[in-house]
Amino acid sequence: MRSDTDRKLRRILSDVLGLSEDQVEELTPDTGLFGHLPELDSMAVAGLFTEMEDRLDISIDDDEIDADLLETYGALLAFAEAKREAA
Amino acid sequence: MSSESYPCPLPGGAAAHEYALAFDQGRKARILVVPALFDEANKLRHLTVETMRRLHGAGIDCFLPDLPGTNESLRDLAAVELEDWRMAVEAALRHFGATHVLAIRGGALLLPSGLSGWLYAPVKGASLLKTMLRARILASREAGIEETGEELLERGLATGLELAGFALSGEMIRQLQAGKPAEDMRLTVIEQELVGGRPLWLRAEPDHEPAQADALAAVVSMGCNA
Repeated sequence: MRSDTDRKLRRILSDVLGLSEDQVEELTPDTGLFGHLPELDSMAVAGLFTEMEDRLDISIDDDEIDADLLETYGALLAFAEAKREAA
Repeated sequence: MSSESYPCPLPGGAAAHEYALAFDQGRKARILVVPALFDEANKLRHLTVETMRRLHGAGIDCFLPDLPGTNESLRDLAAVELEDWRMAVEAALRHFGATHVLAIRGGALLLPSGLSGWLYAPVKGASLLKTMLRARILASREAGIEETGEELLERGLATGLELAGFALSGEMIRQLQAGKPAEDMRLTVIEQELVGGRPLWLRAEPDHEPAQADALAAVVSMGCNA
């Protein structure tokens, strides 16, 4: 069963990237975000992290945002879950 | 649909003409549509105009003003403050004889008090600013330049700053930081859940979902005719 964070994060990615329900369901921990999602420009990435703060009720420092986080879906989810546990 | 203009106050008391997109047949219900701001204005332009077409079809006049420094405006955005946009909205309300207002996202920061109408997914100025600052930090980092939000904000407040391709004055930044959506019993908030679909202002690539324009226009026209 998916965690609350997992479900919310999928929803956020779907909103930012315009992914269909099916595409969102197909995300696995190994799905590359940057490689698969070339349209992520800096405004979209900024929007993604601001939405994560709002909807997951966490706070993210700008210097925590780096390319590694967007390497795979699993990396982004692990980051979000660690943030929520610490909150 | 026609292109009209409205007299928009300039600092010092003069007025310049700004354009407005208009569906005007002298009908009873007349809605001033206050656009979303900055990057979101581009992402939501299609939805906004499509919603207006539907309102027109439902027998409602509607008007979408260019804010000073945006679209066809000849004003330099770098010299514009949020307060200028508020004055522009007041001027457009008067000029078009609006009976209601529909503010999209950051447009809700620009409303004078005492209006009836709707706020679609209103947002705080500080949230808009934060996302734009973050985008600038990320873009700079990719170019090998390290900037911090604090340092950028300090510089922006003092001398203005280009964020996400928009030249913002120090006053614009200061007023955005403090800007809150209008609150009034006569202003109904329309959240995205009611409109359905996914929020188009978040989309990395501009997109359009006609069903969202249908829903937004339905909510507004039902309220207008109530």
